[in-house]
Amino acid sequence: MIDNLSYVIGNALLGWLGVFIVTIILILLVYLFNYLFSNKS
Amino acid sequence: MEALFGNVINIQWQQVVMWAIGALLIYLAIKKQMEPSLLLPIGFGTILVNLPLSGAVTQVYETGTEEGILDVLFNAGIANEMFPLLLFIGIGAMIDFTPLLSNPKLMIFGAAAQFGIFFTLCLATALGFEIKDAASIAIIGAADGPTSIFVANFFQSNYLGAIIVVAYSYMALVPIIQPPVIRLVTTKKERRIRMKYAEKNVSKTTKILFPIFITAVAGIFAPRSVALVGFLMFGNLIRECGVLDGLSETAQKVLANLITLLLGLTVATRMQAATFLNVQTLMILGLGLVAFIFDTVGGVLIAKLYNLFAKEKINPMIGAAGISAFPMSARVINKMGLEEDNQNFLLMHAVGVNVSGQIASVIAGGMILALFA
Repeated sequence: MIDNLSYVIGNALLGWLGVFIVTIILILLVYLFNYLFSNKS
Repeated sequence: MEALFGNVINIQWQQVVMWAIGALLIYLAIKKQMEPSLLLPIGFGTILVNLPLSGAVTQVYETGTEEGILDVLFNAGIANEMFPLLLFIGIGAMIDFTPLLSNPKLMIFGAAAQFGIFFTLCLATALGFEIKDAASIAIIGAADGPTSIFVANFFQSNYLGAIIVVAYSYMALVPIIQPPVIRLVTTKKERRIRMKYAEKNVSKTTKILFPIFITAVAGIFAPRSVALVGFLMFGNLIRECGVLDGLSETAQKVLANLITLLLGLTVATRMQAATFLNVQTLMILGLGLVAFIFDTVGGVLIAKLYNLFAKEKINPMIGAAGISAFPMSARVINKMGLEEDNQNFLLMHAVGVNVSGQIASVIAGGMILALFA
């Protein structure tokens, strides 16, 4: 039970971290797009 | 006479309780306007499937098996994930990402407000649920119906019906759940912080590239989320491309309505007394609330953390809009801001965080699938 719980806690933290990593990549991409394409449409 | 009234003796008290639950869902949908497009079909479907020997669901007789239409629909549309994914095309076509694209850093609060999902996952496991059921329950915190259905069905959770009803019910209760939690973790001074909104031009190219790149990035990190993210972003792409207005309109209205119509009724197949009336359903009710509360807390606390380092302070209440539940949560935050200061207009900032929550909740669903499948 405790092993199970520590496995879940570890993976849950990893999952939340994963959401942050993907989000930060997306933020950087949007800044890049805004820089490259602003006032060009 | 026995042919006419014979079925009356088949009525069980559990079924009568389920009729009452169905009636309650219909009442909440009509009288309180709580997610009526989903709760009304689910409520009606609950009554339908809990009639003794109901022909709407599959029955096994001595003479053979008679397949019920709701089970046929379930196998055709939910067991293979089709309905939630098609609904996502419609939702994607409805969302305007402009407030988010003009202030991209807001996206971080969408990620922060997924905390409730991961907290609830640990709590549900500690309470004795199997990991796959715990993951399915935790995704209630995505505050996004199709994602909940997709993940719970992917894990073949025994509690699919309860999870979906709880998810949609709490989404409708966001205006009641969020304000006290936000007040608990913010000071009056913080709630009165004003935020300027300067609308920046976002190019059409950015709006077109955004859904394509989200799909690619999410797909690389969480491949199982590709269908979920991809269908949502495909819907958004047909909205933003500017050459498919007819398809965009169809996706937003006809497709979304048609799928919603069938989804609610079909979900009701998992609302049969034998699988719904148990202690676990009550626990899911409690865990769903925990997920919503900790989503809100996560969003607000990360916004407060941001303020420690930022020159221009933000109103930490907008972090709570990262819960998803679009657009209800953004409206709640705006209303709370106006209650504190009648010149404090937070709507556009909250909408930006709110749509980022929609994206982050889908990514969180993908992460859960990647880590626990």
